[in-house]
Amino acid sequence: MWGVQVPQQPCIFIGEDEMSEVAPFTIEQFYKFISEKKLMAVKCLKCASLLLPPKNICPKCFSTSLEWTELRKKGKLLTYTVIHVAPAQFQSMAPYSMGIVKLEDGLQLLGMIRDIKPEKIKVGMDLIVDFDTDLPSRWPVWPRYFFKPP
Amino acid sequence: MVRKPLVSIVSAGLSKFGKREGLYGRELFAEAVKEAFERCPNLNPRDIEALFVGHMGESFEHQGHTGPTLLDWAGLLPIPSTRIESACSSSGVALRCGIFAVLSGLHDIVMVGGVEKMTHRSTSDVTEYLAMASDFPFEQWHGMTFPGLYALMATAHMHRYGTTEEQMAMVAVKNHHNGALNPKAQMQKEITLEQAMSSRMIAWPLKLYDCSLITDGASCLVLTKPELAKKFTDTPVHIVGSGQASDAIGLYEREDFTTLKAAKLAAQEAYRMAKIESREVDVAEVHDCFTIAEIIAYEDLGFCKPGEGGSLVENEITTIKGEIPVNTSGGLKSKGHPVGATGTAQAYEIYLQLTEQAERRQVKDAEIGLTHNVGGSGATAAVHIYRRG
Repeated sequence: MWGVQVPQQPCIFIGEDEMSEVAPFTIEQFYKFISEKKLMAVKCLKCASLLLPPKNICPKCFSTSLEWTELRKKGKLLTYTVIHVAPAQFQSMAPYSMGIVKLEDGLQLLGMIRDIKPEKIKVGMDLIVDFDTDLPSRWPVWPRYFFKPP
Repeated sequence: MVRKPLVSIVSAGLSKFGKREGLYGRELFAEAVKEAFERCPNLNPRDIEALFVGHMGESFEHQGHTGPTLLDWAGLLPIPSTRIESACSSSGVALRCGIFAVLSGLHDIVMVGGVEKMTHRSTSDVTEYLAMASDFPFEQWHGMTFPGLYALMATAHMHRYGTTEEQMAMVAVKNHHNGALNPKAQMQKEITLEQAMSSRMIAWPLKLYDCSLITDGASCLVLTKPELAKKFTDTPVHIVGSGQASDAIGLYEREDFTTLKAAKLAAQEAYRMAKIESREVDVAEVHDCFTIAEIIAYEDLGFCKPGEGGSLVENEITTIKGEIPVNTSGGLKSKGHPVGATGTAQAYEIYLQLTEQAERRQVKDAEIGLTHNVGGSGATAAVHIYRRG
């Protein structure tokens, strides 16, 4: 399995003992992987569905037999916008571009698009995922991922 | 064959929408309730057996537990009160809960409604509170806003179908025209296409005039069993179809950004229940939180094929005098969008239209009405169909 690790902080596991060997299928864990520059999704061991965001129950077959799997960091831009009026904590960065990317593994992710002028952005263009691993000092202590041209 | 009504609306009330300085949400709600009682002298307030009320955010007024609070200020203690939260579709869903309550046989007469008090907060606070209806870890956390989410839908619609920024601006021009005819609308003034097109950018391609308003307001309806309706009024409005559906809260999880699947499913359910087709709708209030949302609503409701929404507004099909008048009230765009109040405020406009009380914006001979109320970026949708009683 990919990138399996026992979380450093105590965490609640569901049911069976063997589960405690596996990193939990949580949003918190997803962002722990991001801080390690890994883009991970949950894979259903029964129907092979990939889940991003991670979920504890497969919405296709309701299985709870899951594993983490690492995704390729390449994809195509499906749609985008340029945010001019931003939430207070982002206003100093505005205007900034954001989009939804369809990753090569078929999953979709929303994030900022950096290192390219808004007028150069085109639907369908190739983008890659990169990581900004700075951690905030208070909840939620999550790093951020973003997109940029390859 | 026309369907037997699910429930009947025997009265309705709406506060004035706008910047209602010095008034709390509960006081606005009381204003709406007062109108509903005045409209229906045969109704004794003590006849109301339960309240279902939509309210989105505790943050606006630092007030939770708003079911009993609103009930108290409406003078209706001690009947059961239930607050419903589903973002901007809170009162569309509250309406549906009221229908359930009457259909179950548990209650004969209920009030449904909604409220939001927003304008006392700064725009950045309001932006933050509204964004709570989007996905926190994968949308808000990365700097996404509500206009931004609808902008993503607009870009996708433009890319796939060639919808233009001008067509979106035409939705704003039309709804401002209608709002100017509505004495309860927040913005009772017409705008030009040039004004809309040159307004400042909020989230490209959406500009200021593509966005709905920050509004204080409240709305309510009184629902009864259809067989009791004539006891209260000679002109009830029957609800003949009700649909609701859900989608992923994250826009990014969806297969198609040019349609709201939950709205489509809710509409299909409501049409099936009402035993009507989309072309039979005479007047509709749709959730134009952004201009692109009205264009997508035309398509999701079957008023046109996917991709033709832009030309529907351009060809003036949806004006008051058009084939399918949409948002005669001015919509969220010009009447205003006090989020929790919007669903039942849409129903209020349809009630006026189907009882010939819409004055200067009256649609001639309207028999069948529809409301389309969307929560967030489309994770909840509620569609209702109404028939003149």
